[in-house]
Amino acid sequence: MSPPLTGWQRLVQHRAALCALGLLTLIVLALLIGPALSPHAVDSIDFDGDWATGPSAVNAHWFGTDSLGRDVFVRTLEGGRISVAVAFAATLVSLLIGVSYGAIAGYFGGALDAAMMRAVDILYALPFLFLVILLMVLFGRDLVLVFVAIGAINWLDMARVVRAQTMALKSQEFVRAARTHGLSDGAILWRHILPNLLGVVMVTVTLTIPQVILTESFLSFLGLGVQEPATSWGTLINEGAREMEATPWALLFPAGCMALTLLCFNLLGDALRDVLDPKGPP
Amino acid sequence: MITRLLLRLITTAATLLLLVTLTFFLMRLAPGGPFDRERSLPPEIEQALIAEYHLDESLPRQYRRYVSGLLQGDLGPSFQYEGFSVRELIAKGLPVSLTLGALAMSLAVLIGGAAGIAAALSHRSSADHGLMGLALLGISIPSYVVAPLLVLVFAISLHWLPAGGWQAGRWSDLVLPVIALALPQIALIARLMRGSLLEVLQQPWLRTAGAKGLPPHTVILRHALKPALIPVVSYLGPATAGILTGSVVVEQVFNLPGIGRYFVQGALNRDYTLVLGVVALYGSLIVLCNLLVDVCYSWLDPRIKAA
Repeated sequence: MSPPLTGWQRLVQHRAALCALGLLTLIVLALLIGPALSPHAVDSIDFDGDWATGPSAVNAHWFGTDSLGRDVFVRTLEGGRISVAVAFAATLVSLLIGVSYGAIAGYFGGALDAAMMRAVDILYALPFLFLVILLMVLFGRDLVLVFVAIGAINWLDMARVVRAQTMALKSQEFVRAARTHGLSDGAILWRHILPNLLGVVMVTVTLTIPQVILTESFLSFLGLGVQEPATSWGTLINEGAREMEATPWALLFPAGCMALTLLCFNLLGDALRDVLDPKGPP
Repeated sequence: MITRLLLRLITTAATLLLLVTLTFFLMRLAPGGPFDRERSLPPEIEQALIAEYHLDESLPRQYRRYVSGLLQGDLGPSFQYEGFSVRELIAKGLPVSLTLGALAMSLAVLIGGAAGIAAALSHRSSADHGLMGLALLGISIPSYVVAPLLVLVFAISLHWLPAGGWQAGRWSDLVLPVIALALPQIALIARLMRGSLLEVLQQPWLRTAGAKGLPPHTVILRHALKPALIPVVSYLGPATAGILTGSVVVEQVFNLPGIGRYFVQGALNRDYTLVLGVVALYGSLIVLCNLLVDVCYSWLDPRIKAA
């Protein structure tokens, strides 16, 4: 009998997940170096070419130009940079809040746990996106506020998942052994519980990132997220949708890139869940 | 049982109150006021307006006034739409939003559920992979991308359906908005349904049902479907929230006179009462859905008593 496969080996065997991982690497690379490859700048207007021209290789407008004569290729990649950067930052916020909240509730249990999870239940029932919209409308459209707000609403899932896993972990032998050795609660949480949470946290993070990209672009679509001259996929989709009769490519390319990125993250998240939780249905 | 029901109602009310309170103070903390114009009003008129809307009182007093009004169903006057109360405005927009939301929700549950069941029953076949691939695509493309694309294809290129607007009783106005709103939810529900049905199908009591000679469709319909519906039903609360937020965008793209557009516009204009009214309404709808979900639970799984 062959030894059981490690998580990594099983992930490698998952063809779709591997494709998604490869594509995501390509996308991130494109976002990082792509704008440098094009002769055009994000906000420069090409006065030589026709405005609102379709994609062509002649003047290096690979995705065409928008109704103001700006290069859609460069704008799509620049917008992607902001969208993905906001997504990572917001996910980090939700990771920090969610993991510490969930681990503390799960580890200490009892009345503290009951109170903390009751609070999560109540927060869950709130239509948070509306509060974020309000926040954006009322307090200006600051990029930092965007990701702090999005991160602050996305930690609930993380807290629930982490709490459940912590409760399962804390009754295991190695935690009891650590306690018999006289380790403090903090040290047990940090050295023994936290590393074992890595799997579920990774799955949740992979599934939170597309969620956050969606939220950010939703806000930007409403004109409440990222503001000019900076741009994001949501802003571009909003602009593209307004001009879609004249320049459909200005809608299709940003929308396509965003959908592809989200698809890859979702695919990867699904695969990670299969790999790390083999009991569940495939 | 009665104490538990009572407790449930109390938490529900507390949730709603928390929502209204948060919104109330968030709006008041923000810079700007409802009577800020490019040309400022004469001071005596502004004073009169402020007094008329009780904005000169202390915040806690205004808050108490608003909440006590809310308990009597009085949402106050709108600041922006002169002469209209928030209740009248909501009453005007609600039928549109409700039709849109209810149609999208029914479509999502029916199609999503059917697709999920079909995928689970043909597990690991090409039909399963195809359906789940589509569903993955569906959750990756949000309403605000689907909506303009639908307009581009079906309204602008093909001229089959109107690109927007609303005339009472014209069903063709509703087709594209409902599809745009429902698609992501269809995908989400299909994935949930498939996952939970697959999990239920592995249970030993289903093998028993098959072993005692029940035909496969009876096993599925009578024994597997009910427990498999639990995760789907529990998703209906978040789904309502999703459809409500989606409708803010969809109403904007298709230029529908629903209440979604009041929300963003109202917040931009610092129309305190209008925004609060819409939030309170959305909150109640979501909370109501969660209550319904709880009632459905105890029917789907008698082990869970309505808590």
